[in-house]
Amino acid sequence: MSTQPAIGQSISRLEGFEKVTGSAKYAGEYNVPDLLYGYVVNSTITKGEILNFNADAALALPGVIKVFYYGNRPSLAWFNMQYADMDAPPGTPFRPLQDAEIKYNGQPIALVVAESFELAKYAATLVKVDYKEETFTTDLIANQASARSPKVGLATALKPPPPKPVGDFEAAYDTAFAKASGKFIHGTEHHNPLELFATTTIYEGKGKVTIYDKTQGTVNCQLYVGNVFGLHFKDVRVISPYVGGAFGSGLRPQYQLFLSVMAALELKRAVRVTLDRTQMFSFGHRPPTTQFTRFAAAADGSLRAINHTAIAETSRFEDYTEVVVNWAHMLYPAKNTLMEYKLVPLDVFSPLDMRAPGGSTGLHAVESTMDALSYQLGIDPLEFRLINYAEKDESTGRPYSSKELRKCYEEGAARFGWSERLPQPRSMKRGNKLVGYGMATGIWEAMQLPARAKALINAEGKLEVSSAVTDIGTGTLTVMTQIAADTLGLAMDDVTFSYGDSKMAFAPIQGGSFTVATVGSAIKAAGLALAKKLFRKAKQMQNSPLGKAKFEDVEFRDGLIALKAQPKAVIALKDIVSANKGRAIQSTNFNLPKVMKLKNYSRAAHSAAFVEVEVDEELGVINVTRAVTAVAAGKIINPKTARSQILGGMVWSISKALREETITDHNFGKYMNQNLGEYHIPVHADIHELDVIFVEEKDDIVNELGSKGIGEIGLAAMPAAIANAIFHATGKRINRFPIHLDDLM
Amino acid sequence: MHNFRYKAATSVSDAVVEVNQSAEGQFVAGGTNVLDLMKYFVAKPEVLVDVNPLNSLPVVSEYKEGVRLSAFATNADTAYHPIIEKRYPLLSKAILAGASAQIRNMATNGGNLLQRTRCYYFYDVNTPCNKREPGTGCSAIRGYNRMMAIMGTSEHCIAVFPSDMCVALAALGAVVNTDGMQGKREIPFADFHRLPGDHPEKDNNLLAGELITGIDLPAEGFAEHYAYLKLRDRNSYAFALVSVAVVFRLDGDLISEARIALGGIAHKPWRVLDAELYLQGKSATVDHFAAAAEIILQGAKTFEFNSFKPELARRAIIRCCKMALSPDTQLPGAQPSA
Ligand SMILES: Cc1cc2nc3c(=O)[nH]c(=O)nc-3n(C[C@H](O)[C@H](O)[C@H](O)COP(=O)(O)OP(=O)(O)OC[C@H]3O[C@@H](n4cnc5c(N)ncnc54)[C@H](O)[C@@H]3O)c2cc1C
Ligand code: SF4
Repeated sequence: MSTQPAIGQSISRLEGFEKVTGSAKYAGEYNVPDLLYGYVVNSTITKGEILNFNADAALALPGVIKVFYYGNRPSLAWFNMQYADMDAPPGTPFRPLQDAEIKYNGQPIALVVAESFELAKYAATLVKVDYKEETFTTDLIANQASARSPKVGLATALKPPPPKPVGDFEAAYDTAFAKASGKFIHGTEHHNPLELFATTTIYEGKGKVTIYDKTQGTVNCQLYVGNVFGLHFKDVRVISPYVGGAFGSGLRPQYQLFLSVMAALELKRAVRVTLDRTQMFSFGHRPPTTQFTRFAAAADGSLRAINHTAIAETSRFEDYTEVVVNWAHMLYPAKNTLMEYKLVPLDVFSPLDMRAPGGSTGLHAVESTMDALSYQLGIDPLEFRLINYAEKDESTGRPYSSKELRKCYEEGAARFGWSERLPQPRSMKRGNKLVGYGMATGIWEAMQLPARAKALINAEGKLEVSSAVTDIGTGTLTVMTQIAADTLGLAMDDVTFSYGDSKMAFAPIQGGSFTVATVGSAIKAAGLALAKKLFRKAKQMQNSPLGKAKFEDVEFRDGLIALKAQPKAVIALKDIVSANKGRAIQSTNFNLPKVMKLKNYSRAAHSAAFVEVEVDEELGVINVTRAVTAVAAGKIINPKTARSQILGGMVWSISKALREETITDHNFGKYMNQNLGEYHIPVHADIHELDVIFVEEKDDIVNELGSKGIGEIGLAAMPAAIANAIFHATGKRINRFPIHLDDLM
Repeated sequence: MHNFRYKAATSVSDAVVEVNQSAEGQFVAGGTNVLDLMKYFVAKPEVLVDVNPLNSLPVVSEYKEGVRLSAFATNADTAYHPIIEKRYPLLSKAILAGASAQIRNMATNGGNLLQRTRCYYFYDVNTPCNKREPGTGCSAIRGYNRMMAIMGTSEHCIAVFPSDMCVALAALGAVVNTDGMQGKREIPFADFHRLPGDHPEKDNNLLAGELITGIDLPAEGFAEHYAYLKLRDRNSYAFALVSVAVVFRLDGDLISEARIALGGIAHKPWRVLDAELYLQGKSATVDHFAAAAEIILQGAKTFEFNSFKPELARRAIIRCCKMALSPDTQLPGAQPSA
């Protein structure tokens, strides 16, 4: 009997036991003798200059080793380019401790290194800093008039600018039968993974370091450290086996990495720098964004004109961009479109991708405007989407590699009971609660980047696969093991996947929902190459039962190579290794996306979200009582971990629509609710029934696995569906997130 | 956190003596507030006197016609105590509407009365705050003030006292027992907390180094008609935007006694006796509840981000009065009734 394919099976996380029992070690938990602890001092002003820096009182404390600041830091790389990481937007990357200039509130200005964390933290309060303050501005809404087009650069490749206008939007809009418009306001959000950012740098002597870092890209950090500190890449090893959530916050090297490595190199000792929760608000964030929409349709419901404009915050030093306004025309056909995306540079740190960056922002505007238009037309919101169903990507004219969105609508609506909906707002009630049904569509591009993977068969005939990729809690370890197992028809137990180490085969940063496509495809390619190599070696063995067979004539199963036509003619993988004098047989492959084929297609995962809310009629209290998300994302490698991903996105949707916001006091230019007591993410009492459907979707084009990423798609549709359900319940269209009870009183 | 001395108290008098040995002495009980304040460098006690060893008294004991709560018992043990659940269910509901299960397991009754405001600026030593540093100014008045007070504010401070438990204690008419260098005192609840006035740095009328030893509840627990309603930005683990405690004694359709206390709107639990007197002898109708709400909220003053609060409070009072008529409609977590 041959082993069942592992792909497609619901398999629990392989590292689950370590994680829930606390034995999984995170970056800030690697202890070595004589470890030193660094605590960061952050700027208390928003803009200006340090006039005077005095650390005497801190240094006078026994056990305080050194206080680094711009005045005594070691000399570092000269060029800005050397600070640019794989995810750096166009501009000048932030350089910690560069000079006396203060660019934003909370900027790291010094590192206190001491014999304990507590001592370092206390000593940090004794550091005296005099500033010259300059006027600053952090308020997007007050500065929208100064919005300008973003600069382009390398990172723009993954974030295409808005599509060119089509037709004549203004004329079409003016004369259309039905119109809907809206202004959508989103504030700042911070990622706030549970694990605090931390780096432990072990000084190995002679310019060599081993670094345990919280990151979404070991190689990204390795290159950054090598460039900035002028070290040989081979002397910099970055390890990150467990990551306690990141959501994009670890896509770029954060300042604790820089400071930890700098201190370790200077002091020639092991140094750990751990940020505290307040400091988790002192780097990247989802940028506040204001959007304007105008959509118009003919009497039969067909869309005629789409205008979507977004104005987003960025820093003064980098042009961070998101794909906010490109989605409407990928989803809906219209002959007249006008999309614009602009930036307002402010005195803040550069924004940073946060789960479903741009998509969760833009689709709220698109899908709530679609909803408003459906009410104008008197057409059921779901019916309205079906009338405007795009068989191809209208923004490029290319076909989709696959698109089973229609099935998402059908299966989602059936599971939810959409047909029970009464069309009029405020028409459904339960006691003193208004009940509302809302739905929305989601889309997220299915990307793939180049990556390497290594596969080998060891003396026991077991498969060992490795890649530098991280597992940010998404289930990467489990899923990659499944993919690897199937390449040689092995049981999961006969496969080990090693990862999270820059010395392993190259992988890009883990984000954008492209990891399975990127690293999974590389593993599949490496597995296939290894299979061919094993086959060749097997044929060369004495008395090989494979005779003159071609590769197509054999199958790999149960640790054997077998002739398909003669199932008894087998040869064990471990015997092939024995014949190889016991030396493991291995293959390392660089896998490139099939660009020539792919460029003829648009590739995207789709989803449909259906939401029921209850709103207390007098008090405005909102509860999402039920929600269904139906997802079309190609082959689902592991339904269990995939479902968890979507559930996480659904909880986050509730967060985004109803809870989460970083509050900025523009008088001080700083964030005020910098802790998890006041930065509201949902609690159990906020979460009720959530249901996930994966619809069948076959895709032979998108990549070797036929699988699209699912990290972001769970957060694409549902925030808008919540806002739409609230409109249905109350008759109030609230376009500012998060929606609070006082908006509905 | 800066360096401090730690001393475990051996008796009430020992605790009082120890804490008064230093101008910067402070008690610690559950530590759920004072340790956070120390981590933010808002509190910098020179000595922390731990009162947990004094937790040998019963959580709840019969006292006169009513009961006495130990100051050193936890909020959880108090809320789930059978006598409290049976005779003072309002108190139980209010405690359970606060914080999280983990925090309530640590937090004590004495500490709850003395928790500091949650004003963002108070916790951020890099912004001006009259409560933290008198004379520096109030950042909240022109800042982000969604959570801030609408009643009894002063030009120096608009902070809110955040406790849920104390809203119920105010409605029930509790008495706070204290012991200190000047001897024992019994402080009626209405006189315990203060308005900010010219001295926002003082939250209450406790003397320096005075220890809370117990909280007395009068005989009447209003177990027939009571409700606690808490409105907030998430369903649990968030402080009140507005909370309301209502208790009634009814005589047929008529209200023979009413108490209405509000949280989240002032520097102390907010009771307006005129409104309670107004309801006395009236029928329990929405119109009368609405008229009482008007009386309570007269003179409300709002700020940029909390202008919704008077109307929210008005509606909350009416709803909570309705809920108090049939306490069985109450949902866990002091949610609005279905
Ligand atoms: C994240 C978070 C959320 C919360 N949410 C809520 C909420 O929704 N509703 C709510 O009501 N509360 C809430 N709380 C507050 C919580 O109820 C209080 O922190 C708690 O009641 C304080 O009790 P404690 O014993 O831990 O006090 P401690 O922190 O030990 O002490 C607090 C103060 O009281 C003094 N003190 C303690 N005991 C005595 C005594 N016997 N005599 C004299 N002085 C004393 C201390 O010196 C200190 O100044 C929350 C707290 C946190 C951290
Ligand atoms: S409201 Fe009170 S506590 Fe808040 S900043 Fe003003 S003075 Fe300080």
